[in-house]
Amino acid sequence: MSAVKSTTSLSEKGPVEVKQPLGRRRSFFYGGREDSQFKRLLIHLTLILACFIAAYPILRVVSVSIRPGDRLLSTDLSLIPPDANLEAYTTVLFQKEFLQWIWNSLVITIATAMVGVTLAATSAYAFSRWNFPGRSVGLIFLLSTQMIPAAMLMVPLYILAIRLSLVGTYRGLVIAYSVTAVPFSIWILKGYYDTIPIELEEACRIDGASQLTAFLRILLPLSTPALAIVFLFNFTTAWNDYLLARVILGSQEQLLTWPLGLQRMQGQFQTQWGQFSAASIMVMIPTMILFLLSSKFLISGLTLGSVKG
Amino acid sequence: MISLDLIAASLTEILSTILYVVGGTILLELILYIILVRLFKFKLAMPYMLLAPAAVGLIALVIYPVAWELNLSFTNMSLRHFKVPDYIGLTNYLRVFQDPVLKQVKFFSVLGKTVLWTGVNIFFHVLGGLGLALLLNRKMRGRGIYRTLLILPWAVPQVIAVLAWRSEFHFEFGFPNLVLKSIGLQPIQWLSEPIWNFIAMCITNIWLGIPFMMVILLGGLQSISSEYYEASEIDGASAWQQFRNITLPLMRPVMTPAIILGTIWTFNNFNVPFFINQNELESSDILVTALFRAAFQYNRYGFSAAFAFIIFAILVVYSLMYLRFTGGLKGAYE
Repeated sequence: MSAVKSTTSLSEKGPVEVKQPLGRRRSFFYGGREDSQFKRLLIHLTLILACFIAAYPILRVVSVSIRPGDRLLSTDLSLIPPDANLEAYTTVLFQKEFLQWIWNSLVITIATAMVGVTLAATSAYAFSRWNFPGRSVGLIFLLSTQMIPAAMLMVPLYILAIRLSLVGTYRGLVIAYSVTAVPFSIWILKGYYDTIPIELEEACRIDGASQLTAFLRILLPLSTPALAIVFLFNFTTAWNDYLLARVILGSQEQLLTWPLGLQRMQGQFQTQWGQFSAASIMVMIPTMILFLLSSKFLISGLTLGSVKG
Repeated sequence: MISLDLIAASLTEILSTILYVVGGTILLELILYIILVRLFKFKLAMPYMLLAPAAVGLIALVIYPVAWELNLSFTNMSLRHFKVPDYIGLTNYLRVFQDPVLKQVKFFSVLGKTVLWTGVNIFFHVLGGLGLALLLNRKMRGRGIYRTLLILPWAVPQVIAVLAWRSEFHFEFGFPNLVLKSIGLQPIQWLSEPIWNFIAMCITNIWLGIPFMMVILLGGLQSISSEYYEASEIDGASAWQQFRNITLPLMRPVMTPAIILGTIWTFNNFNVPFFINQNELESSDILVTALFRAAFQYNRYGFSAAFAFIIFAILVVYSLMYLRFTGGLKGAYE
């Protein structure tokens, strides 16, 4: 900037403030602090409207859950009914098997996320750092696994689970979830590893470390954002799944995960909508917390194919 | 209620699972080490050893079931021929195109609906996601709060979100109809009229899918250096020219895989079309829900296996074509 200034001041026109017009004309797509008042107001209004649309359906579930009695159906659009109470929550928490479902889901989900992240982290390293025969075939295969309709695999997986006597166990579920999440996880992680210069590991190896140490000490810590995303992805895959859990767990009371349990709640001759909504809200909490914790990684970690040099 | 016994039981089961996985991995790596490194002195042993555990898992849980389905698709297995199905060659594949895939609808009308469904959704996902990302990609107050709130639809378990939307489409008590009535218009039969049911599905899925696009595109926007914009401003470029000539081209490596993935996920989306379609209107079925019904409601296993392979083939062809037109997966892979 100073170079520009000095050349202009050398010319006849005298010193010209170059920065001023630049700042004022800062465009819509660049964004900056110099937006006009009106434009800023417009942007905020649009965003507030968008946030409202994003949150409204969930707020309605909250509002059903705190309505006394069982008034799912009401023409009242106010979100907090005047006679609100938390009865549905206490009923669900202390009288139903809800806590047990949550516990089951949590245990399965955390194990899945641990296995899944480990599998993906090592595989993605191979794809990112070596040009081995079969590499591009492998990557295309990973992409094509995403195209398989989920319902297609249910029957053969069930038969496989029977043969390996994994029906009614968590073992089958944990392995199945972590493997189904692996292709997408590898894709994310490989993209992220690619942005980390290989020279860092080489420097580490010159100092006498093995390839594995370089991976564990250099690459993994630098990839925290992507690892966080992959953890989140594995977690939500396992946490939200209904189909596979139903196929593998069957109807064993003690093993039910929350999606199966909630479906059971709805199946009972009359659905207690208040309790059902309360359960739905509580079930959202773990994923919400994870999303909040990883929100600062979400944008930097999900660099699908990253444009960073 | 939950008891200590149960907690202990599930913990032991999970620990044993992890031990199985770790033990299996060590065994596998040892075998590979002996074969590849000791016996063959193979230089590139390392990547194969790194990939081995995931590869074994994928072979067992993806390739094996797919091969099994392929075999099934050549048989006439159904409830009537459950024990001893006969091999009937390509008949199932022909039937998918000739017979109704459900009770009435034919394959091509379902395919048309699926393409329309995918197209509408992806269009609005990208439009909404890009719009919000552009709005958020600036210094301003409350940016973090907006971002957090806008991600909500993604953070909510999909089935719960879909059920919540379904109750919003209730004829008498749903939000859209209450608003329509209050401004003096006719309420809409969201759940029983085919066209409106389809629109309801689209609205729900657009709501669900925008946050993912927004996050990916915001990441792309943030990685574009502001120098490009400054340079173009000096040259007097308009906002639209900047968007057209800087933002869009530089976003391509991010957008290509995001659009491919988004398309595949929407095309294969089961929860939204299945649960919003409460009255089981055949007109609202897309390919994957039709597949589910053919397999698990009408129990035509052989037929639905062939049907599944045709769906899979359509997606593969689409992806290959998209990759060719947009210049390959360079951005994603290299």
